[in-house]
Amino acid sequence: MPEEEIKNLIVGDKAVFIEFANKISPEINRKVHIMASAIEKEKIEGVIETVPTYRSLSIYYEPLKIELDNLLEKLGKIKSSLGKIKIPSSRVIEVPIVYGGEYGPDLEFVAKYNSFSQEEVIKIHSGRNYLVYMFGFSPGHTYLVVDERIATPRLKTPRVKVAAGSVGIGGRQTCIRPQEIPTGLRIIGRIPLKLFNPDKEPPVPFLPGDYLKFIPISEEEYLKLKNE
Amino acid sequence: MSIPVFEVLEPGLLTTVQDLGRIGYQRYGVPVSGGMDAFSLKIANLLVANDIDKAVLEITGLGLMKLKILNRTVIALTGADLTPMIDTSPLPMWRAIEVKKGVVLSLGETRRGFRAYLSIAGGIDIPLVLGSRSTYCKAKIGGIEGRPLRKGDIISSFLSKQPLESITHRYLPEDFIPDLTKEIEVRVIMGPQDDYFKKEGIQTFLNSWYRVSPESDRTGYRLSGPRITHKDKTDIITDAIPLGAIQVPGDGLPIILMADRGPTGGYPKIACILSVDVDKVGQLKPGDKIKFKKIDIKEAHELLRAENEKLLKINNILNEQSKIPAKKRYRVSIEGETYEVTVEELPI
Repeated sequence: MPEEEIKNLIVGDKAVFIEFANKISPEINRKVHIMASAIEKEKIEGVIETVPTYRSLSIYYEPLKIELDNLLEKLGKIKSSLGKIKIPSSRVIEVPIVYGGEYGPDLEFVAKYNSFSQEEVIKIHSGRNYLVYMFGFSPGHTYLVVDERIATPRLKTPRVKVAAGSVGIGGRQTCIRPQEIPTGLRIIGRIPLKLFNPDKEPPVPFLPGDYLKFIPISEEEYLKLKNE
Repeated sequence: MSIPVFEVLEPGLLTTVQDLGRIGYQRYGVPVSGGMDAFSLKIANLLVANDIDKAVLEITGLGLMKLKILNRTVIALTGADLTPMIDTSPLPMWRAIEVKKGVVLSLGETRRGFRAYLSIAGGIDIPLVLGSRSTYCKAKIGGIEGRPLRKGDIISSFLSKQPLESITHRYLPEDFIPDLTKEIEVRVIMGPQDDYFKKEGIQTFLNSWYRVSPESDRTGYRLSGPRITHKDKTDIITDAIPLGAIQVPGDGLPIILMADRGPTGGYPKIACILSVDVDKVGQLKPGDKIKFKKIDIKEAHELLRAENEKLLKINNILNEQSKIPAKKRYRVSIEGETYEVTVEELPI
């Protein structure tokens, strides 16, 4: 990708986003993670933390410790040497899921919106491996990309409460919600696993760059796994 | 070494332990949390000679809160005026106060602002979770069992860094006490997705008063008022959300993202509130009003430096106050008779 497509965005007075493109792709996302680990290695004075997302890297900084121009210059240098850095290869992790009914109140809408039966949506959703692009929104909240055929827009006004473990679709994203928390996603199912453990370092069971595979299970199996 | 200092008699509707937040875990989706009005939180700590980032109580102006003091200590109360009382006397705010064992501290009616900060000399002693003591209720982490305070909770503090006698007369000079009003104007830096909005949408955003809706909390402030028109798309590819970012979802009504916000989100951000102004937002309650003013990044950084200098200056003033001895002896002569008089501050 040509250098000039990469944008530096000033976001408030304590963040800079490096936007690698305005699209979701595994190649772009890979650049985001490589950039994040390169910045970590540099240990730039005044950089507080970085947050990798689908196609951009957020860099939080302390303006009292580093001038913005100085930071941008340092980031520019790192950016131009990205080609040389390697990150480890990925694993595939199986995740059981119960689709539809009270566990996935929007499965019907997602099916109708895309002119499929609910069974077809389940087949499509569980029929591929998902790259873990990023975490965000809430602890352990995992962002994945859904098959284009079942992409569905978000709710215009977010729901105030959605159960922990809910799996939803918003546009082309599919996410797992680790806690009961407001969301604009269309919820299609629920998983019985714990996605966040604050006593562990890191507090999440898999890392960005890993792959997940959804395995459809029954309500009974869900309840059994949930109680284990 | 830690000492029990408070027993919760009445918890209020939302009282939580907060510090300056959880840094370095946003990449795993963990919110920063921390005090909604960080300035008041910092001052509460400085008043009792704590480091600026110690854990304090954040008391929301909802319902009666009562604490029994279990051991003599020094406290300070900053932020919102929630009609603080010690037993039956009013408790002065923005100053260190020595409190005796057995007295009852209560907060009730909201007179000004929405969130009060109560510090204890030494700081609240609870375990760190991912580097912070801040409570994040939705994931049940930090604070006391990851939840708001309950009746019967006992809160302990670390030992004070300085002898209690040397901090009892620290107070914040009037000039530094923030003005908490029901209508505020905050400064913003536009973007990063202001190009998702029509010109008239941007005009609406910068020229209208918005009202804080009742569905506002530590995650975010939902605002009601004129709707901001998007050009076309109302979703972005999810990216990070800094503190004070203003998202506008498809319904055109802005949401200010606050301390407990998720680290990322999928609605376009029209602008971000300056760090030095976010604290004022944290003092708004449902029904209060807010307006936005655009400035540039250079100006924002100058304001940030000025704020930092202000904090350093305050810290110096308070440390000077500590040098004044709490106990003074005078020899007074009245009509030829000489008396020995000792003047000292007594705990209340």
